[in-house]
Amino acid sequence: MKSLKKKRRIQIIAVAVVALTVSTGLIGYAMRDGINFFRAPAQVLAEPPSPNETFRIGGLVEEGSLQRGSGETVRFKVTDGAASIPVAFTGVLPDLFGEGEGMVGTGRYIDGTFVASDILAKHDETYMPKEVIEALKEQGVYQEADAAVPIN
Amino acid sequence: MSLWSFANPAKFMKVTAPLVPALSGLSLLLLVIGLVWGFFFTPDDYRQGSTVKIFYLHVPAAMMAINAWGAMLLGSLIWLIRRHHVSALVAKAAAPVGVTMTLIALLTGAIWGQPMWGTWWAWDPRLTSFLILFLFYLGYMALWTAIDDPDTAADLTSILCLVGSVFAVLSRYAVNFWNQGLHQGASLSLDKEKNVADIFFYPVLVTMAGFVLLFLALVLVRTRTEIRLRRLHALQLRERMA
Repeated sequence: MKSLKKKRRIQIIAVAVVALTVSTGLIGYAMRDGINFFRAPAQVLAEPPSPNETFRIGGLVEEGSLQRGSGETVRFKVTDGAASIPVAFTGVLPDLFGEGEGMVGTGRYIDGTFVASDILAKHDETYMPKEVIEALKEQGVYQEADAAVPIN
Repeated sequence: MSLWSFANPAKFMKVTAPLVPALSGLSLLLLVIGLVWGFFFTPDDYRQGSTVKIFYLHVPAAMMAINAWGAMLLGSLIWLIRRHHVSALVAKAAAPVGVTMTLIALLTGAIWGQPMWGTWWAWDPRLTSFLILFLFYLGYMALWTAIDDPDTAADLTSILCLVGSVFAVLSRYAVNFWNQGLHQGASLSLDKEKNVADIFFYPVLVTMAGFVLLFLALVLVRTRTEIRLRRLHALQLRERMA
């Protein structure tokens, strides 16, 4: 860089920035399936993975689908608004897990059911004080998160 | 008076001398106010409970981890184009501060993730690019110390900084590019509707301002040290010649 003229240095930097941006964009686009952390239920239904493939599925826990009572196994449906898939899971659920909340599960898709070995809760970006929510609920103003809202 | 007059090290030293105590004092004040306010005088979140309080450290640290790299990029580009030594030294001085911020963000994120998500770490796009940014910081500092000639070191680290900026940008915007990740989208932003209730929002603004000033104060102290080191080196060299 030392021996070059200032104008040429600026040109080289500009070319380097363009090259970096384009290569990042191409790599990011080509490898998006690997970079994305989970698959949506609609993607799983469109291309059902083989029962041996371990993958992650993500979406909202469908309202009214959560059954805890039947033994140690928890059953619920995960939805992305377009499609929903039943999930079975045996184990401890994280604090944030609940109906209408986001979740990401690791497991396999066997005979139309996603058998999860691991479940993570996904937090959305809302922060509200507990007291405010309780007050809103008492007045009947607060509505639970709509299951059809796409998560990101 | 042009901005470039600060490229003169003597001028830089003179101007920044009173700035260091002022910035340090102000940042300490803001951090104490913001953290005490956030930790003791805000209610619990409706789903996260008191785990929400890590927000007051995690968000500003993550913000500064990325902004520090931005500052290093700016310093590196000014060095590459205009060859002002002070600007290269600012970039060098910002790296250890930035890496500390990155580490704080990674650790507080893991501590929050364990109870909330149910895992300390996940290979989510945003988390992964943040980890790569951390490694870039380490590589950047290692490269500075690996090369003896200061001008060559400044040239090569500047190019490393330019390449690493990819991951600084991805750390902030990965949630927008790959929307099927575990990390939530931006909680704080200027152009979208507000997701964070005011009662959590104001203290985090205070701690963010405190982190910005803390970063500036630390970078100025380190830059001043680097300039003095250079001067010392030059004096020693002159003595040896005589």
